[in-house]
Amino acid sequence: MTIADVKTILNARLVCGEVLDTQVHNACGSDMMSDVLAFVKEQSVLLSGLVNTQVVRTADMMDMVCIVFVRGKEPTAEMIALAQERGIVLLTTPLRMFTACGLLYQNGLNGGDAV
Amino acid sequence: MSIQLHYVVPGDDFTRAGEASGAVKTTLKQLGFRPDVIRRVAIAMYEGEINMVIHAGGGEADVEILPDCVTILLTDHGPGIPDVEQAMQEGFSTAPENVRNLGFGAGMGLPNIKKYTDTLDIETEIGVGTRMRMTVRVTEG
Ligand SMILES: Nc1ncnc2c1ncn2[C@@H]1O[C@H](COP(=O)(O)OP(=O)(O)O)[C@@H](O)[C@H]1O
Ligand SMILES: [Mg+2]
Repeated sequence: MTIADVKTILNARLVCGEVLDTQVHNACGSDMMSDVLAFVKEQSVLLSGLVNTQVVRTADMMDMVCIVFVRGKEPTAEMIALAQERGIVLLTTPLRMFTACGLLYQNGLNGGDAV
Repeated sequence: MSIQLHYVVPGDDFTRAGEASGAVKTTLKQLGFRPDVIRRVAIAMYEGEINMVIHAGGGEADVEILPDCVTILLTDHGPGIPDVEQAMQEGFSTAPENVRNLGFGAGMGLPNIKKYTDTLDIETEIGVGTRMRMTVRVTEG
């Protein structure tokens, strides 16, 4: 699926970013950036309920292309500026973490780990 | 080609942690380094940079870029690490609750640095500070 599909499936709002036709195959959901840095491999979408600039930094270091903030969380102006600079799309969805991850999984996105 | 970069990592502004690592990532991309090499450098340096901010009140980063090797030297004047072997264990962390609330402090940083680098040397003295030198080599692949 594409980032545009993620946005539709999660009934999300686009916060920033222009390129929505990028293909994504794997996602990960976490509020612990330490875990994302240690355990994530090829995931391209990060779902998080944590709001601070290090969420964007972490996604950037991991070459992720899209961050979805759950529970209607709003990224700060600083985070939006950084995401734009690093070419990362930011979305926000009213859904909670479990539901958001479940919907994406149901629609074909993988966790990237062995089941 | 040999490029030397120097960054001051402020200890009083959590939002700025990672600026140096982000800048190095951009430079390596512009120089045409392989994505997997850039990723290893970015993750290792970012973990080290975050550590200087959350455990040592900031510090400095010196990066040397050669065609076949990237060296990162992180220097701080923080409290030092009493037991390096223990600090290297997965899950060991002295990070306080407020750091965990920011998404860090799982005790995976040093093991992660070890995993993504080819060499890691830690010199540390209690009450004086810590110097961490890491290298990432560009190998065939
Ligand atoms: N630059 C540093 N100065 C002082 N102590 C450090 C430094 N880096 C790491 N440490 C110590 O080593 C521990 C383990 O580090 P790390 O594996 O990155 O885990 P975390 O940062 O999540 O606590 C830290 O909790 C801290 O006690
Ligand atoms: Mg750490």
